[in-house]
Amino acid sequence: MAVLSHYSAFSLARRALFGSKWARAWRKPEPRKTYDVVIIGGGGHGLATAYYLAARHGITNVAVLEKGYLGSGNVGRNTTLVRSNYQLPGNTQFFEHSLQLWEGLSHELNFNVMLSQRGQLVLAHGPAQLDVLARKGNIMRLNGIGCELFDRLAVRRFLPFLDYSSNCRFPIYGGLFQPRAGTVRHDAVAWGYARAADRLGVDIIENCEVTGFLREADAVNGVETSRGRIRAGRTLVSVAGHSSHVARLAGLRLPIESHLLQAFVTEPIKPFLDCVLSFGAELFYISQSDKGGMVFGGHIDGFNTYTQRGQFPKVQTVAECAVALIPGMSRLRLLRHWAGIQDMTPDGSPFMGRTPLKNLYLNGGWCYQGFKATPAAGWCMAHTLAHDDEHPLIRHLALDRFERGNGADEYGLGLWTYKQ
Amino acid sequence: MLRIPCPHCGLRDYTEFHYAGDATKLRPAHGTHGQHAWHEYVFLFDNPKGTHLEYWQHAEGCRQWLVLERDTATNTVGRSWLARNRMMAQSNEPA
Repeated sequence: MAVLSHYSAFSLARRALFGSKWARAWRKPEPRKTYDVVIIGGGGHGLATAYYLAARHGITNVAVLEKGYLGSGNVGRNTTLVRSNYQLPGNTQFFEHSLQLWEGLSHELNFNVMLSQRGQLVLAHGPAQLDVLARKGNIMRLNGIGCELFDRLAVRRFLPFLDYSSNCRFPIYGGLFQPRAGTVRHDAVAWGYARAADRLGVDIIENCEVTGFLREADAVNGVETSRGRIRAGRTLVSVAGHSSHVARLAGLRLPIESHLLQAFVTEPIKPFLDCVLSFGAELFYISQSDKGGMVFGGHIDGFNTYTQRGQFPKVQTVAECAVALIPGMSRLRLLRHWAGIQDMTPDGSPFMGRTPLKNLYLNGGWCYQGFKATPAAGWCMAHTLAHDDEHPLIRHLALDRFERGNGADEYGLGLWTYKQ
Repeated sequence: MLRIPCPHCGLRDYTEFHYAGDATKLRPAHGTHGQHAWHEYVFLFDNPKGTHLEYWQHAEGCRQWLVLERDTATNTVGRSWLARNRMMAQSNEPA
């Protein structure tokens, strides 16, 4: 096997001139019998956790078990948005930590994740909604996160192609702009974390499905997989929409239902929308990819399913949002739409930390927001696994918070799974 | 398009229905004390990958609540019942 090489302009030029081959970005090891830490799920969160375990905590005897291939799950299915405009204590700091990690990630991993901080504008369609955004902006500023409140005129100067007509259904009153928000090339995140973790000695084992847990009384000390039994000091479940499914193998029931979220991309057009834009009248968010396609998404389909196939009526309602917001999009053709399975929780916030079983940890329940959380989720779970104690940034996200009456209801919708 | 067999109206598009979740949960009897039973009833879900019994209301049809059997791994629908018949048979409450 060729020596793993550092990516640089020099290494690019050398290969362009002399045609030498690129090394594999990560090894394809056979699973060993025992690891200090086994991470179930080779998505962005699992790989980030493995990387920070090795890089920040010196724990390198780690395996990441992936059922399919890297990038086949939600890390390659999201709409690639990153931002930190959250308002609940705990969430604000957590997502800001994530955004700061995004800002240094390409250097940290020696892999270009193509972070593009083009800013995100969230629109308000009534005076009360603008007040809510002003409050959110104040909370952000008190936490040192820059943002700007736009009035209608400022929005119009910034994005002249939205619907400002006098008879439009959802008139624009203003918006809240976070300049440091943006997009990231999502599969580069999986590849970058995988390569960096692999170089530190982490085994990334693809096509390896966990089929059960090794239990001893109230402790978990390994997993049964499609590639044999693997013993582990500590085990993390980090499997996005399948948290309930995997937790059940350990005998746990979770406050989670698995729902399907669709995403869409149109045919490519010339540069048109140079920020991330969120509708205020419905859950709808849109950005333009580097290739020119308009990438957007909306609500979940509305009933729990593991199918990864969206229902057609949702295509219509999401397209209606697009045209209500940007009438000029009505002539665009939809190129593709796809779906991912996400955990939906009663309060819209995730579960991170220890579980009732010793040595078993959970990182799940991410609802719509898993991708932007990737670096901080990995950072905090690595800390939690290394110290058997939750990182301070995730103490409000404990699995038993509903029993204690401490729901983290970021959107103020009440504790009801389908509303989030 | 997911199509749901309504006991009154026959096979209809799911967009005519309102979804209301897991129908296997039983509300603890009135007066049940303690956090545990209520936490389990309100917040915990089996969330199976496979056969799921769930409530739907035919909101744009006969307005009746029904229980549908659906495979969450494939969205294949099975049998359906009127919810009130099923709930009366299973109630935790004294008659």
